[in-house]
Amino acid sequence: QDLSLPNGTPVDTSSPASSSSLLNRLQLDDDLDGETRDLFVTVDDPKKHVCTMETYITYRVTTKTTRAEFDLPEYSVRRRYQDFDWLRIKLEESQPTHLIPPLPEKFVVKGVVDRFSEEFVETRRKALDKFLKRITDHPVLSFNEHFNVFLTAKDLNAYKKQGMALLSKMGESVKYVTGGYKLRSRPLEFAAIGEYLDTFSLKLGTIDRIAQRIIKEQLEYLVELREYGPVYSTWGGLEVELSEPLEGVSACIGNCCTALEELSEDMTEDFLPVLREYILYSESMKNVLKKRDQVQAEYEAKLEAVALKKEDRPKVPTDVEKCQDRVECFNADLKADMERWQNNKRQDFRQLLMGMADKNIQYYEKCLTAWESIIPLLQDKPETK
Amino acid sequence: MEDCLAKKMEITVSEAEKRTGRNAMNMQETYTAYLIETRAVESQSEGQCVPVDSLWRRYSEFELLRNYLSVTYPHIVVPPLPEKRADFVWHKLSADNMDPDFVERRRIGLENFLLRVASHPVLCQDKIFYSFLTQEGGWKEVVNETGFQLKADSRLKALNATFRVKNPDKRFTELKHYSDELQSVISHLLRVRARVADRLYGVYKVHGNYGRVFSEWSAIEKEMGDGLQSAGHHMDVYAASIDDILEEEEHYADQLKEYLFYAEALRAVCRKHELMQYDLEMAAQDLTSKKQQCEELATGTVRTFSLKGMTSKLFGQETPEQREAKIKVLEEQIQEGEEQLKSKNLEGRDFVKSAWADIERFKEQKNHDLKEALINYAVMQISMCKKGIQVWTNAKECFSKM
Repeated sequence: QDLSLPNGTPVDTSSPASSSSLLNRLQLDDDLDGETRDLFVTVDDPKKHVCTMETYITYRVTTKTTRAEFDLPEYSVRRRYQDFDWLRIKLEESQPTHLIPPLPEKFVVKGVVDRFSEEFVETRRKALDKFLKRITDHPVLSFNEHFNVFLTAKDLNAYKKQGMALLSKMGESVKYVTGGYKLRSRPLEFAAIGEYLDTFSLKLGTIDRIAQRIIKEQLEYLVELREYGPVYSTWGGLEVELSEPLEGVSACIGNCCTALEELSEDMTEDFLPVLREYILYSESMKNVLKKRDQVQAEYEAKLEAVALKKEDRPKVPTDVEKCQDRVECFNADLKADMERWQNNKRQDFRQLLMGMADKNIQYYEKCLTAWESIIPLLQDKPETK
Repeated sequence: MEDCLAKKMEITVSEAEKRTGRNAMNMQETYTAYLIETRAVESQSEGQCVPVDSLWRRYSEFELLRNYLSVTYPHIVVPPLPEKRADFVWHKLSADNMDPDFVERRRIGLENFLLRVASHPVLCQDKIFYSFLTQEGGWKEVVNETGFQLKADSRLKALNATFRVKNPDKRFTELKHYSDELQSVISHLLRVRARVADRLYGVYKVHGNYGRVFSEWSAIEKEMGDGLQSAGHHMDVYAASIDDILEEEEHYADQLKEYLFYAEALRAVCRKHELMQYDLEMAAQDLTSKKQQCEELATGTVRTFSLKGMTSKLFGQETPEQREAKIKVLEEQIQEGEEQLKSKNLEGRDFVKSAWADIERFKEQKNHDLKEALINYAVMQISMCKKGIQVWTNAKECFSKM
């Protein structure tokens, strides 16, 4: 079994992060309205596993907590993508009234992307880390039983199989009936959320396309720059007095090429994935809205059915009562989650866009340094040499 | 350089105007005329307003002037004219000769040409040049009267000389080689620079799309809206900034182009040397063969094969009188030839000396000018980077308020 990254560099197998360094890393995240945190989760240390049937990557998931729901204060387990996927499905099933954070795409469709390249693995790691952190920050989801198992179980697969059996036995009626009930009137606030999400994901899609276009144009610019720089060098070879200045310009352009390459890489690895994450988020949120509509529709239909019967004692039957409860719970959960989501979204995008501006500033600063440094070389008089 | 015209006279090409007229074929044509203004730089006494003289010239007249100078001073690296047609253009620039930007750049190029000639120690003293600047009418006739066209060497002759010359001065061979390479490398540079400009334009302009989408997005946001909107504005500013940046870079390209064309002028001097050297070699060869012929006729021995020798053998010798006459003619020709050879030698040496002096002057000018051009280019890049930092810092500020 290989315990190294595809490019041969040995993977850091140091012990799980100490509390202080974990805390330091997490300090960067925004505080949840002064709430004292009692659960910290990190995803790091990707490792490649080569088995007879398949090759895959696992990530180390480290947990530090003081919560009573956990037996130990610290856990360190290894999980692969499909484990995260399983967790997400379980959360969707068990917490249908809540917004579940998205996972990065399972399959990479675009182009010839190497699933085991350093860049891809790192991008994915960041997304998985974000996924778990979002759940950790959620007051309801973070207490979910499946989440707990995900973080703690040594053998997740055993639990997965057991869990399936348990489910069918216990009859957890987690699946809401999506029967064809037609909704009479959607409450304004949920209609507004729906419209917002539609426009929001549309705009994100446009931004994604623009960002991709910019990267493409930058790479084409880079191609030309790579031919441009060396011509100055060739010219320098023809000259005597101008030789050094021309070489200087050539080297300078080379430095700008490197800076540009770094900018494009950063944008590809850090900017685009987050955009796409939010598009996925919007999609899953719209599904939750649909479910809410269904629940409301079911309740309205049952209520109507009762009204039609026109009994002497219009006692509300228990199952209609249950439906009403469901609707009210759903609405409350969804509202709370939306508020939290809006706030997180604002912070996430603030950070993302500031990051984009930062990377561009750094690019120009690198180029500026390069050009400023050759001015004295260009102005140098031969007598002073 | 105390005597050079540039110190005594202010010369500018201040305006360009579209004109229509009839050409040699009596067909209507549109052309651009340039206004040359001259003013004597006298010791500036208080309040004395020196009058400005001016006249209009078109590009073809500049060409005529340059041709005259090239033929009349073949040992001088004659300053080149700006390009006739727009070349090395990147897509946004027009290749149209009538395009106002092209005309403007050409106006600057023509002024530069005149200033170069006026500051050249030899060329500035030329009367034809002076009358080009000052004589309104009839200048063309004056130029043609000099008969310079007759002095011009044919291209074919020059090409022939290049291939056949046996002992050119090594320095000129090296210089010709250098000017070929210089032409090649500068053309390559200009071509790639145009492509670079094209791509950079694309990068900047696409950012303009952020402006629109941020604006649309801000409409559905509450807290984030203002930040997004104002950041979008900065993206628009960023996208628009590239136009000025690239326009400035065109001046750099023009500076490079001047030296691209200067390379041609360098080569012309080398070619002239080759021509003169070849001429000299041919004259020497001719003299040698005549001397030999003379000797053969006098001694009766045929050392080298000659058709005449063969035919005379076949068809009988000539009479002694005929032979005497031939010898006499040859002796005269030999004497003439020796004198010619002497003067050609002298001419050749003079040419090499004065040409090399001007080449040294040119080299210094070139090194100075190109260093300046590179510095300007670096300064432009620095300015572009600073603008970029400014815009993105502003945008970051807006994002931080989201």
